[in-house]
Amino acid sequence: MRKKDKSAAPAQEFGQSISVSCANLWYGELQALREVSIEIPARQVTAFIGPSGCGKSTFLKCFNRMNDLVPGCRVEGSFRIGQTDIYGGTDVNALRRHVGMVFQKPNPFPMSVYDNIAYGPRTFGVRRRTELDEIVETSLRQAAMWEELKDRLGRSALGLSGGQQQRLCIARALAVRPGVILMDEPTSALDPISTGKIEELCEALSESTTIVIVTHNMQQATRISHKTGFFLLGELVEFGDTDDVFANPKDSRTERYITGRFG
Amino acid sequence: MSARKQLEEELEDLKTELVEMCRLTADMIASAIDALVRFDRGLGHSLAETDRRVDEYEMDIEKRCMRILIRRQPVAKDFREVSTALKMITDIERFGDQASDIGDLVYTMPGDRYVKNLSHITAMGELAVRMARESVNSFIRNDERLADEVISLDDEMDGLFLTVQDELIELIRRDGKANGEQAIALMMVAKYLERIGDHAVNVAEWTKYNETGVHQKF
Repeated sequence: MRKKDKSAAPAQEFGQSISVSCANLWYGELQALREVSIEIPARQVTAFIGPSGCGKSTFLKCFNRMNDLVPGCRVEGSFRIGQTDIYGGTDVNALRRHVGMVFQKPNPFPMSVYDNIAYGPRTFGVRRRTELDEIVETSLRQAAMWEELKDRLGRSALGLSGGQQQRLCIARALAVRPGVILMDEPTSALDPISTGKIEELCEALSESTTIVIVTHNMQQATRISHKTGFFLLGELVEFGDTDDVFANPKDSRTERYITGRFG
Repeated sequence: MSARKQLEEELEDLKTELVEMCRLTADMIASAIDALVRFDRGLGHSLAETDRRVDEYEMDIEKRCMRILIRRQPVAKDFREVSTALKMITDIERFGDQASDIGDLVYTMPGDRYVKNLSHITAMGELAVRMARESVNSFIRNDERLADEVISLDDEMDGLFLTVQDELIELIRRDGKANGEQAIALMMVAKYLERIGDHAVNVAEWTKYNETGVHQKF
Protein backbone atom coordinates (compact mmCIF):
# COMPACT_ATOMS: atom_id res chain seq x y z
CA MET A 1 0.00 0.00 0.00
CA ARG A 2 2.83 2.34 0.79
CA LYS A 3 4.32 1.77 -2.64
CA LYS A 4 1.05 2.38 -4.40
CA ASP A 5 0.54 5.52 -2.37
CA LYS A 6 3.84 6.79 -3.70
CA SER A 7 2.73 6.19 -7.26
CA ALA A 8 -0.36 8.26 -6.47
CA ALA A 9 1.82 11.32 -6.01
CA PRO A 10 0.39 14.82 -6.40
CA ALA A 11 -0.31 16.23 -9.86
CA GLN A 12 2.61 18.63 -9.61
CA GLU A 13 4.86 15.69 -10.46
CA PHE A 14 3.75 16.12 -14.07
CA GLY A 15 3.00 19.80 -13.96
CA GLN A 16 0.19 21.11 -16.04
CA SER A 17 1.44 22.93 -19.10
CA ILE A 18 1.99 20.88 -22.24
CA SER A 19 4.86 21.47 -24.62
CA VAL A 20 5.16 19.58 -27.88
CA SER A 21 7.92 19.95 -30.41
CA CYS A 22 8.04 18.50 -33.95
CA ALA A 23 5.47 15.78 -33.38
CA ASN A 24 4.99 13.28 -36.21
CA LEU A 25 2.71 10.28 -36.01
CA TRP A 26 2.09 7.39 -38.40
CA TYR A 27 -0.61 4.75 -38.47
CA GLY A 28 1.35 2.21 -40.46
CA GLU A 29 2.23 4.03 -43.70
CA LEU A 30 -0.27 6.81 -43.16
CA GLN A 31 1.16 9.95 -41.63
CA ALA A 32 -1.54 11.45 -39.39
CA LEU A 33 0.45 14.26 -37.73
CA ARG A 34 3.10 16.43 -39.38
CA GLU A 35 5.65 18.50 -37.48
CA VAL A 36 3.22 19.68 -34.83
CA SER A 37 4.67 22.01 -32.21
CA ILE A 38 2.58 23.74 -29.58
CA GLU A 39 2.78 25.31 -26.12
CA ILE A 40 -0.46 24.65 -24.24
CA PRO A 41 -0.70 26.89 -21.18
CA ALA A 42 -1.44 25.51 -17.74
CA ARG A 43 -4.85 25.97 -16.15
CA GLN A 44 -6.62 27.18 -19.25
CA VAL A 45 -9.03 25.60 -21.71
CA THR A 46 -7.46 24.88 -25.09
CA ALA A 47 -9.71 23.80 -27.96
CA PHE A 48 -8.69 21.87 -31.07
CA ILE A 49 -10.88 22.35 -34.11
CA GLY A 50 -10.69 21.11 -37.68
CA PRO A 51 -12.48 18.86 -40.16
CA SER A 52 -12.86 15.12 -39.55
CA GLY A 53 -9.63 13.25 -40.09
CA CYS A 54 -7.41 16.30 -39.57
CA GLY A 55 -5.51 14.71 -36.68
CA LYS A 56 -6.88 16.66 -33.73
CA SER A 57 -8.12 13.62 -31.78
CA THR A 58 -4.97 11.71 -32.68
CA PHE A 59 -2.91 14.57 -31.29
CA LEU A 60 -5.04 14.74 -28.13
CA LYS A 61 -4.52 11.02 -27.53
CA CYS A 62 -0.75 11.50 -27.60
CA PHE A 63 -0.99 13.38 -24.30
CA ASN A 64 -1.96 10.26 -22.36
CA ARG A 65 -0.37 7.83 -24.84
CA MET A 66 -3.68 6.29 -25.82
CA ASN A 67 -2.16 5.83 -29.27
CA ASP A 68 0.19 3.24 -27.79
CA LEU A 69 -2.78 0.89 -27.93
CA VAL A 70 -3.21 1.30 -31.70
CA PRO A 71 -1.30 -1.39 -33.65
CA GLY A 72 1.21 0.08 -36.10
CA CYS A 73 1.16 3.50 -34.52
CA ARG A 74 4.51 5.25 -34.38
CA VAL A 75 5.14 8.59 -32.65
CA GLU A 76 8.13 10.92 -33.01
CA GLY A 77 8.89 14.25 -31.39
CA SER A 78 9.09 15.70 -27.92
CA PHE A 79 6.03 15.69 -25.66
CA ARG A 80 6.37 17.29 -22.26
CA ILE A 81 3.80 17.76 -19.55
CA GLY A 82 5.40 20.15 -17.11
CA GLN A 83 9.01 19.02 -17.02
CA THR A 84 8.25 15.39 -17.77
CA ASP A 85 9.04 13.81 -21.12
CA ILE A 86 5.96 11.58 -21.39
CA TYR A 87 7.45 9.31 -24.05
CA GLY A 88 10.81 9.10 -22.27
CA GLY A 89 10.43 6.07 -20.03
CA THR A 90 7.49 7.42 -18.09
CA ASP A 91 5.18 4.89 -16.41
CA VAL A 92 2.10 4.97 -18.64
CA ASN A 93 -0.25 4.13 -15.79
CA ALA A 94 1.07 6.99 -13.69
CA LEU A 95 0.83 9.27 -16.72
CA ARG A 96 -2.83 8.36 -17.26
CA ARG A 97 -3.56 9.09 -13.64
CA HIS A 98 -2.35 12.64 -14.14
CA VAL A 99 -3.90 13.03 -17.58
CA GLY A 100 -7.57 12.12 -17.37
CA MET A 101 -9.72 11.61 -20.42
CA VAL A 102 -13.39 12.08 -21.24
CA PHE A 103 -14.76 10.60 -24.45
CA GLN A 104 -17.50 11.51 -26.90
CA LYS A 105 -19.81 8.80 -25.63
CA PRO A 106 -20.25 8.63 -21.85
CA ASN A 107 -18.72 5.37 -20.66
CA PRO A 108 -19.67 4.82 -17.01
CA PHE A 109 -18.66 1.44 -15.66
CA PRO A 110 -21.57 -0.95 -15.03
CA MET A 111 -21.45 -0.39 -11.30
CA SER A 112 -22.78 2.11 -8.76
CA VAL A 113 -22.19 5.85 -8.93
CA TYR A 114 -19.97 5.54 -5.85
CA ASP A 115 -17.89 2.71 -7.27
CA ASN A 116 -17.43 4.55 -10.56
CA ILE A 117 -15.83 7.48 -8.76
CA ALA A 118 -13.91 5.29 -6.31
CA TYR A 119 -12.56 3.04 -9.07
CA GLY A 120 -9.49 5.12 -9.91
CA PRO A 121 -8.44 5.89 -6.31
CA ARG A 122 -8.88 2.19 -5.38
CA THR A 123 -6.69 1.20 -8.34
CA PHE A 124 -4.05 3.56 -7.02
CA GLY A 125 -4.23 2.04 -3.55
CA VAL A 126 -6.74 4.05 -1.57
CA ARG A 127 -8.66 1.59 0.61
CA ARG A 128 -9.93 3.51 3.65
CA ARG A 129 -13.65 4.06 3.41
CA THR A 130 -13.57 7.52 4.97
CA GLU A 131 -10.94 8.63 2.47
CA LEU A 132 -12.90 7.17 -0.43
CA ASP A 133 -16.10 8.83 0.84
CA GLU A 134 -14.30 12.14 0.89
CA ILE A 135 -12.90 11.68 -2.62
CA VAL A 136 -16.34 10.69 -3.98
CA GLU A 137 -18.00 13.73 -2.42
CA THR A 138 -15.27 16.16 -3.50
CA SER A 139 -15.22 14.83 -7.05
CA LEU A 140 -19.00 14.99 -7.40
CA ARG A 141 -19.03 18.48 -5.93
CA GLN A 142 -16.35 19.59 -8.41
CA ALA A 143 -18.48 18.16 -11.20
CA ALA A 144 -21.50 20.03 -9.75
CA MET A 145 -23.35 16.71 -9.24
CA TRP A 146 -23.24 16.17 -5.50
CA GLU A 147 -26.68 17.61 -4.77
CA GLU A 148 -28.40 15.57 -7.48
CA LEU A 149 -26.59 12.30 -6.72
CA LYS A 150 -25.83 12.28 -3.00
CA ASP A 151 -28.91 10.16 -2.28
CA ARG A 152 -28.31 7.83 -5.22
CA LEU A 153 -24.68 6.88 -4.72
CA GLY A 154 -25.53 3.18 -4.49
CA ARG A 155 -27.56 3.09 -7.67
CA SER A 156 -26.23 1.96 -11.01
CA ALA A 157 -24.53 4.69 -13.04
CA LEU A 158 -26.16 3.21 -16.14
CA GLY A 159 -29.52 4.54 -14.91
CA LEU A 160 -28.38 8.16 -15.20
CA SER A 161 -29.25 10.38 -18.17
CA GLY A 162 -26.64 10.86 -20.91
CA GLY A 163 -25.68 14.28 -19.60
CA GLN A 164 -25.38 13.00 -16.02
CA GLN A 165 -23.32 10.02 -17.21
CA GLN A 166 -20.91 12.34 -18.99
CA ARG A 167 -20.52 14.54 -15.91
CA LEU A 168 -20.05 11.40 -13.84
CA CYS A 169 -17.22 10.44 -16.19
CA ILE A 170 -15.67 13.86 -15.59
CA ALA A 171 -16.10 13.35 -11.81
CA ARG A 172 -14.47 9.93 -12.19
CA ALA A 173 -11.53 11.51 -14.00
CA LEU A 174 -11.27 14.15 -11.24
CA ALA A 175 -11.19 11.51 -8.50
CA VAL A 176 -7.50 10.81 -9.13
CA ARG A 177 -6.64 14.55 -9.09
CA PRO A 178 -5.31 14.88 -12.60
CA GLY A 179 -3.28 17.92 -13.69
CA VAL A 180 -4.66 17.67 -17.21
CA ILE A 181 -8.05 16.59 -18.53
CA LEU A 182 -8.46 15.67 -22.19
CA MET A 183 -11.94 15.83 -23.68
CA ASP A 184 -12.72 14.35 -27.06
CA GLU A 185 -16.01 15.88 -28.27
CA PRO A 186 -17.52 15.49 -24.79
CA THR A 187 -20.87 17.10 -25.60
CA SER A 188 -21.58 15.96 -29.15
CA ALA A 189 -24.17 13.43 -27.90
CA LEU A 190 -25.77 15.76 -25.34
CA ASP A 191 -28.72 18.15 -25.33
CA PRO A 192 -28.10 21.93 -24.94
CA ILE A 193 -28.77 21.95 -21.19
CA SER A 194 -26.34 19.12 -20.46
CA THR A 195 -23.88 20.73 -22.87
CA GLY A 196 -24.17 23.99 -20.95
CA LYS A 197 -23.45 22.20 -17.67
CA ILE A 198 -20.32 20.54 -19.08
CA GLU A 199 -19.15 23.87 -20.49
CA GLU A 200 -19.65 25.55 -17.10
CA LEU A 201 -17.72 22.70 -15.57
CA CYS A 202 -14.81 23.20 -17.98
CA GLU A 203 -14.61 26.83 -17.02
CA ALA A 204 -14.68 26.08 -13.29
CA LEU A 205 -12.15 23.25 -13.56
CA SER A 206 -9.74 25.33 -15.61
CA GLU A 207 -8.92 27.29 -12.45
CA SER A 208 -6.94 24.31 -11.24
CA THR A 209 -6.62 21.96 -14.22
CA THR A 210 -5.36 22.20 -17.77
CA ILE A 211 -8.15 21.25 -20.14
CA VAL A 212 -7.70 20.29 -23.77
CA ILE A 213 -10.89 19.75 -25.70
CA VAL A 214 -11.51 18.52 -29.24
CA THR A 215 -14.75 19.91 -30.57
CA HIS A 216 -16.62 20.09 -33.87
CA ASN A 217 -18.77 22.82 -32.41
CA MET A 218 -16.99 26.09 -33.14
CA GLN A 219 -19.41 28.10 -31.03
CA GLN A 220 -18.43 25.86 -28.15
CA ALA A 221 -14.77 26.62 -28.77
CA THR A 222 -15.52 30.35 -28.73
CA ARG A 223 -17.59 30.01 -25.57
CA ILE A 224 -15.24 28.07 -23.37
CA SER A 225 -11.68 28.06 -24.64
CA HIS A 226 -8.87 30.52 -23.98
CA LYS A 227 -6.74 29.17 -26.82
CA THR A 228 -7.72 27.53 -30.08
CA GLY A 229 -5.71 25.37 -32.45
CA PHE A 230 -6.87 24.67 -36.01
CA PHE A 231 -5.74 21.38 -37.55
CA LEU A 232 -5.84 20.44 -41.20
CA LEU A 233 -4.41 17.31 -42.86
CA GLY A 234 -2.31 16.51 -39.81
CA GLU A 235 -0.83 20.00 -39.51
CA LEU A 236 -1.44 22.55 -36.79
CA VAL A 237 -2.25 25.42 -39.13
CA GLU A 238 -2.89 28.09 -36.52
CA PHE A 239 -2.80 28.36 -32.74
CA GLY A 240 -3.57 31.45 -30.70
CA ASP A 241 -5.94 33.23 -28.37
CA THR A 242 -9.48 32.13 -29.18
CA ASP A 243 -10.64 35.73 -29.61
CA ASP A 244 -7.96 36.34 -32.23
CA VAL A 245 -8.43 33.07 -34.09
CA PHE A 246 -12.17 33.65 -34.49
CA ALA A 247 -12.13 37.42 -35.07
CA ASN A 248 -8.99 37.77 -37.10
CA PRO A 249 -7.41 34.47 -38.19
CA LYS A 250 -3.92 34.79 -39.58
CA ASP A 251 -4.08 31.88 -42.01
CA SER A 252 -6.50 31.90 -44.95
CA ARG A 253 -7.16 28.15 -44.42
CA THR A 254 -8.41 28.89 -40.88
CA GLU A 255 -10.56 31.72 -42.22
CA ARG A 256 -12.07 29.47 -44.89
CA TYR A 257 -12.79 26.67 -42.43
CA ILE A 258 -14.39 28.71 -39.65
CA THR A 259 -16.51 30.76 -42.06
CA GLY A 260 -17.82 27.61 -43.73
CA ARG A 261 -16.15 28.24 -47.08
CA PHE A 262 -14.07 25.12 -46.87
CA GLY A 263 -14.13 22.44 -49.55
CA MET B 1 -29.57 26.99 -50.22
CA SER B 2 -26.45 26.36 -48.11
CA ALA B 3 -25.97 28.25 -44.85
CA ARG B 4 -22.84 29.84 -46.34
CA LYS B 5 -24.77 31.06 -49.39
CA GLN B 6 -27.54 32.45 -47.20
CA LEU B 7 -25.03 34.34 -45.08
CA GLU B 8 -23.36 35.76 -48.19
CA GLU B 9 -26.73 36.98 -49.48
CA GLU B 10 -27.58 38.55 -46.14
CA LEU B 11 -24.22 40.35 -46.03
CA GLU B 12 -24.79 41.57 -49.59
CA ASP B 13 -28.25 42.90 -48.66
CA LEU B 14 -26.75 44.58 -45.62
CA LYS B 15 -24.19 46.37 -47.76
CA THR B 16 -26.82 47.42 -50.29
CA GLU B 17 -28.86 49.05 -47.54
CA LEU B 18 -25.75 50.72 -46.13
CA VAL B 19 -25.05 52.24 -49.56
CA GLU B 20 -28.64 53.50 -49.78
CA MET B 21 -28.40 55.04 -46.30
CA CYS B 22 -25.11 56.68 -47.15
CA ARG B 23 -26.40 57.99 -50.49
CA LEU B 24 -29.35 59.57 -48.70
CA THR B 25 -27.16 61.27 -46.08
CA ALA B 26 -24.59 62.47 -48.64
CA ASP B 27 -27.46 63.96 -50.68
CA MET B 28 -28.70 65.62 -47.49
CA ILE B 29 -25.32 67.26 -46.93
CA ALA B 30 -25.33 68.48 -50.55
CA SER B 31 -28.89 69.77 -50.13
CA ALA B 32 -27.97 71.53 -46.88
CA ILE B 33 -25.14 73.38 -48.66
CA ASP B 34 -27.45 74.09 -51.61
CA ALA B 35 -30.05 75.55 -49.21
CA LEU B 36 -27.32 77.62 -47.57
CA VAL B 37 -25.91 79.02 -50.81
CA ARG B 38 -29.36 79.82 -52.23
CA PHE B 39 -30.63 81.07 -48.86
CA ASP B 40 -33.50 78.62 -49.36
CA ARG B 41 -35.19 78.38 -45.97
CA GLY B 42 -37.80 75.91 -47.28
CA LEU B 43 -35.19 73.44 -48.51
CA GLY B 44 -33.31 73.78 -45.26
CA HIS B 45 -36.47 73.09 -43.28
CA SER B 46 -37.32 69.99 -45.35
CA LEU B 47 -34.15 68.18 -44.29
CA ALA B 48 -35.59 67.35 -40.87
CA GLU B 49 -38.15 65.16 -42.63
CA THR B 50 -35.45 63.36 -44.63
CA ASP B 51 -33.53 62.81 -41.41
CA ARG B 52 -36.38 60.68 -40.11
CA ARG B 53 -35.84 58.33 -43.08
CA VAL B 54 -32.16 58.12 -42.11
CA ASP B 55 -33.19 57.11 -38.59
CA GLU B 56 -35.40 54.38 -40.06
CA TYR B 57 -32.47 53.11 -42.14
CA GLU B 58 -30.31 53.02 -39.03
CA MET B 59 -32.84 50.96 -37.11
CA ASP B 60 -33.44 48.63 -40.03
CA ILE B 61 -29.72 47.99 -40.59
CA GLU B 62 -29.24 47.48 -36.88
CA LYS B 63 -31.96 44.81 -36.96
CA ARG B 64 -30.31 43.13 -39.95
CA CYS B 65 -26.98 43.02 -38.10
CA MET B 66 -28.57 41.61 -34.96
CA ARG B 67 -30.38 38.96 -36.98
CA ILE B 68 -27.15 37.87 -38.68
CA LEU B 69 -25.29 37.79 -35.36
CA ILE B 70 -27.98 35.69 -33.70
CA ARG B 71 -28.86 33.36 -36.55
CA ARG B 72 -25.52 32.93 -38.30
CA GLN B 73 -23.02 33.53 -35.50
CA PRO B 74 -20.46 34.87 -37.97
CA VAL B 75 -16.73 34.68 -37.33
CA ALA B 76 -13.55 36.11 -38.88
CA LYS B 77 -14.18 38.46 -41.85
CA ASP B 78 -17.94 37.83 -41.72
CA PHE B 79 -17.99 38.87 -38.06
CA ARG B 80 -15.90 41.96 -38.77
CA GLU B 81 -18.20 43.01 -41.62
CA VAL B 82 -21.27 42.83 -39.40
CA SER B 83 -19.64 44.55 -36.42
CA THR B 84 -18.19 47.21 -38.74
CA ALA B 85 -21.63 47.87 -40.25
CA LEU B 86 -23.10 48.08 -36.76
CA LYS B 87 -20.53 50.69 -35.73
CA MET B 88 -20.63 52.61 -39.02
CA ILE B 89 -24.36 53.28 -39.02
CA THR B 90 -23.96 55.46 -35.93
CA ASP B 91 -21.58 57.72 -37.86
CA ILE B 92 -23.66 57.64 -41.04
CA GLU B 93 -26.72 58.57 -39.01
CA ARG B 94 -24.73 61.52 -37.65
CA PHE B 95 -24.07 62.65 -41.26
CA GLY B 96 -27.85 63.00 -41.54
CA ASP B 97 -28.19 64.74 -38.17
CA GLN B 98 -25.53 67.32 -39.00
CA ALA B 99 -27.03 67.97 -42.45
CA SER B 100 -30.46 68.40 -40.85
CA ASP B 101 -28.96 70.77 -38.24
CA ILE B 102 -27.38 72.85 -41.02
CA GLY B 103 -30.80 72.92 -42.76
CA ASP B 104 -32.33 74.16 -39.53
CA LEU B 105 -29.69 76.88 -39.25
CA VAL B 106 -30.53 78.02 -42.81
CA TYR B 107 -34.24 78.00 -41.89
CA THR B 108 -33.60 80.32 -38.93
CA MET B 109 -30.66 82.25 -40.45
CA PRO B 110 -30.72 85.89 -39.27
CA GLY B 111 -30.92 88.53 -42.00
CA ASP B 112 -31.83 88.21 -45.66
CA ARG B 113 -28.39 88.27 -47.24
CA TYR B 114 -25.02 86.93 -46.21
CA VAL B 115 -22.50 89.10 -44.41
CA LYS B 116 -19.61 87.20 -46.00
CA ASN B 117 -18.53 85.26 -49.02
CA LEU B 118 -19.41 81.56 -48.56
CA SER B 119 -16.70 80.08 -50.77
CA HIS B 120 -14.77 78.36 -47.96
CA ILE B 121 -17.93 76.99 -46.34
CA THR B 122 -19.04 75.70 -49.75
CA ALA B 123 -15.65 74.04 -50.15
CA MET B 124 -16.13 72.41 -46.75
CA GLY B 125 -19.56 71.20 -47.88
CA GLU B 126 -18.17 69.63 -51.05
CA LEU B 127 -15.41 68.01 -49.07
CA ALA B 128 -17.91 66.69 -46.51
CA VAL B 129 -20.02 65.07 -49.26
CA ARG B 130 -16.92 63.49 -50.77
CA MET B 131 -15.62 62.20 -47.42
CA ALA B 132 -19.02 60.77 -46.47
CA ARG B 133 -19.45 58.96 -49.81
CA GLU B 134 -15.90 57.68 -50.06
CA SER B 135 -15.75 56.46 -46.46
CA VAL B 136 -18.71 54.17 -47.06
CA ASN B 137 -17.44 53.21 -50.53
CA SER B 138 -14.14 52.17 -48.98
CA PHE B 139 -16.06 49.65 -46.84
CA ILE B 140 -18.23 48.37 -49.67
CA ARG B 141 -15.23 47.90 -51.97
CA ASN B 142 -12.91 46.58 -49.21
CA ASP B 143 -10.60 49.42 -50.24
CA GLU B 144 -8.16 50.26 -47.46
CA ARG B 145 -6.35 52.81 -49.63
CA LEU B 146 -9.55 54.77 -50.16
CA ALA B 147 -10.10 54.68 -46.38
CA ASP B 148 -6.59 56.14 -45.92
CA GLU B 149 -7.45 58.86 -48.43
CA VAL B 150 -10.56 59.81 -46.45
CA ILE B 151 -8.52 59.95 -43.26
CA SER B 152 -5.95 62.23 -44.90
CA LEU B 153 -8.69 64.54 -46.28
CA ASP B 154 -9.61 65.44 -42.72
CA ASP B 155 -6.55 67.71 -42.49
CA GLU B 156 -7.90 69.70 -45.43
CA MET B 157 -11.29 69.90 -43.70
CA ASP B 158 -9.71 71.12 -40.46
CA GLY B 159 -7.68 73.70 -42.38
CA LEU B 160 -10.80 75.07 -44.07
CA PHE B 161 -12.60 75.18 -40.74
CA LEU B 162 -9.83 77.29 -39.20
CA THR B 163 -9.91 79.62 -42.22
CA VAL B 164 -13.70 80.08 -41.90
CA GLN B 165 -13.31 80.60 -38.16
CA ASP B 166 -10.68 83.32 -38.71
CA GLU B 167 -12.89 85.02 -41.32
CA LEU B 168 -15.88 85.05 -38.97
CA ILE B 169 -13.85 86.33 -36.02
CA GLU B 170 -12.62 89.15 -38.24
CA LEU B 171 -16.20 89.98 -39.28
CA ILE B 172 -17.34 90.17 -35.67
CA ARG B 173 -14.31 92.23 -34.73
CA ARG B 174 -15.12 94.69 -37.51
CA ASP B 175 -18.82 95.12 -36.70
CA GLY B 176 -20.19 92.68 -34.14
CA LYS B 177 -23.56 94.40 -33.97
CA ALA B 178 -24.25 94.08 -37.69
CA ASN B 179 -22.60 90.73 -38.33
CA GLY B 180 -22.52 88.88 -35.02
CA GLU B 181 -25.74 86.87 -35.08
CA GLN B 182 -25.27 85.54 -38.60
CA ALA B 183 -21.56 84.97 -38.05
CA ILE B 184 -22.36 82.67 -35.12
CA ALA B 185 -24.89 80.74 -37.24
CA LEU B 186 -22.30 80.35 -40.02
CA MET B 187 -19.72 79.29 -37.45
CA MET B 188 -22.07 76.49 -36.39
CA VAL B 189 -22.57 75.45 -40.02
CA ALA B 190 -18.80 75.19 -40.38
CA LYS B 191 -18.54 73.25 -37.14
CA TYR B 192 -21.19 70.75 -38.28
CA LEU B 193 -19.35 70.24 -41.58
CA GLU B 194 -16.10 69.72 -39.72
CA ARG B 195 -17.85 67.12 -37.54
CA ILE B 196 -19.09 65.32 -40.66
CA GLY B 197 -15.42 65.01 -41.62
CA ASP B 198 -14.70 63.43 -38.22
CA HIS B 199 -17.54 60.93 -38.64
CA ALA B 200 -16.25 60.03 -42.11
CA VAL B 201 -12.84 59.36 -40.54
CA ASN B 202 -14.55 57.04 -38.03
CA VAL B 203 -16.18 55.14 -40.88
CA ALA B 204 -12.80 54.88 -42.64
CA GLU B 205 -11.21 53.59 -39.44
CA TRP B 206 -13.86 50.86 -39.25
CA THR B 207 -13.15 49.97 -42.88
CA LYS B 208 -9.51 49.50 -41.93
CA TYR B 209 -10.57 47.34 -38.98
CA ASN B 210 -12.71 45.28 -41.34
CA GLU B 211 -9.68 44.69 -43.56
CA THR B 212 -6.98 44.21 -40.94
CA GLY B 213 -8.74 43.15 -37.74
CA VAL B 214 -7.05 46.02 -35.90
CA HIS B 215 -8.99 49.11 -34.84
CA GLN B 216 -6.77 52.15 -34.78
CA LYS B 217 -7.78 55.75 -34.05
CA PHE B 218 -6.39 58.44 -36.36
